[in-house]
Amino acid sequence: MAKKRDFISSIKGIWVPLIAVGIWELLVRVGFINPQVLPAPSAVLIRWWQYIIPMEAHDPATSSYFVWLFSGEFFGDMWASFHRVLIGCLIGTGLALPLGLLMGASTKVYDYFNPLVQVLRPIPPIAYIPLSILWFGLGNPPAVFLISLGAFFPVLMNTIVGVRSVDNIYIRAARNMGANPFVMFTQIILPAATPFILSGIRIGIGTGFICMIVAEMIAVNSGLGYRILEAREYFWSDKIIAGMFSIGILGLAIDMVVDRLNNYLLRWHRGLE
Amino acid sequence: MSNVDIQIKNVHKVFQSDSGDVIALKDINLEIKDGQFVCLLGPSGCGKSTLLNAIAGFSLPSTGEIVVNGKKVTEPGPDRGMVFQEYALFPWMSVADNITFGLRIKKEDPTKIKNKLDELLKMLKLTEFANRYPKDLSGGMRQRVAIARVLALDSPIMLMDEPFGALDALTRRSLQDELLKVWSEYKKTIIFVTHSIEEAIYLADRIVVMSYRPGTVKKDIMVDMPRLRNPTSPEFNALKKELSGLVMAEQMRFEDAHMGVTTGD
Repeated sequence: MAKKRDFISSIKGIWVPLIAVGIWELLVRVGFINPQVLPAPSAVLIRWWQYIIPMEAHDPATSSYFVWLFSGEFFGDMWASFHRVLIGCLIGTGLALPLGLLMGASTKVYDYFNPLVQVLRPIPPIAYIPLSILWFGLGNPPAVFLISLGAFFPVLMNTIVGVRSVDNIYIRAARNMGANPFVMFTQIILPAATPFILSGIRIGIGTGFICMIVAEMIAVNSGLGYRILEAREYFWSDKIIAGMFSIGILGLAIDMVVDRLNNYLLRWHRGLE
Repeated sequence: MSNVDIQIKNVHKVFQSDSGDVIALKDINLEIKDGQFVCLLGPSGCGKSTLLNAIAGFSLPSTGEIVVNGKKVTEPGPDRGMVFQEYALFPWMSVADNITFGLRIKKEDPTKIKNKLDELLKMLKLTEFANRYPKDLSGGMRQRVAIARVLALDSPIMLMDEPFGALDALTRRSLQDELLKVWSEYKKTIIFVTHSIEEAIYLADRIVVMSYRPGTVKKDIMVDMPRLRNPTSPEFNALKKELSGLVMAEQMRFEDAHMGVTTGD
């Protein structure tokens, strides 16, 4: 029953984009829109396909078929971008989590760090671009720096709130059963705060993803962000759009993985109730 | 069976609030003997939960002292296991992990933990739910887990703060019977807070009726009807009538004090 309903919903959902793409194609074909400004969807698809397939013919002497299959520009860019987001978010989360736990649990630590955090937090990570290039030059280091900065503050703020909003009843029950401060922290406060922490990580990855695209347009010469900027220099508007959809696919894939992880870690959670 | 008694000596408790100090407890003197099932009975705001929290060590008396087994209460501890009305199960732990929490943090021997777990799961009819999370359980089941969790501590004293208050009447009755079984099997001293007169008569050896602000002991009654008690028997109803008079008088004072004022209690 539910399956059938899902199927019907997804069928309905196909019509709107299909019609939109149809109109788009038509407008370009009849010459209403200059293909240089907005190329036809068919042109984008063809360009996308060229972007995905390997650039050279397969040579069994130099590489296996499997490696060759993924040797196109698209996969290289996907990997470069994904790799950067992953490392940046790991660093940002890795720094924000312990600080957030300490700030949430101890008013003393909070009082020391909060003014600094409040001053730095409103500065968009993008505003650090000049400084990051000055500090790290070009290449991966400034990009990773910007991404970790983007991930840092959402994780930090949510961790602080998460720790602070642990229901007092759990603390009381654990104290009653003889929990020492270490047990209290690791077995009660940390798990009780995970819903907040995970939603912070999710927001952090979103911000990190934006920072990744921007950083790639400025500091490095690989990745999806770099590719669409490069395409603009050649007036390849079809490749720009193909690249944008590729960015969307990467974002969606990351979000789906994080969602899976969330559901697994919060399998005990009763959701919105 | 250990010889533990609870002495409550001249306990006063004052809460500071914006509208002045509130005397929650005044001149409380009680001696509770080992193995006794005591119900603290009274309307909202009579200080019965405050007294229970003082015994648990969550909120110490302003003056006076509470001595448990010769030792003054200064902090919460596993010798006084508490069952909360809100269950307070850890939702991220399975039923089994909740029950064994107190033993695991004491680094008890794993086989001992396993045996204790099996015993308690069986006792409280929870065996098939051992690996479920609390969110999957009904209120009655959750409260069974909470009781098992406290029993696992092997504490001689069980403190219960309106534990069945949120349950429907039928579940409540079956848990009351369950609790009486646990009590006679494990020989616990139980202090049970309730505002249900019938529940107090059904369960207790001794009923302490408390007055509304300041919370004092208004009446201290021994109940010596044999168990399981029949709520329709004449003695049961005679006692119910007597207690209703006492408790309703306090309820009136509570309502007068809150005329037109909504209370969060």
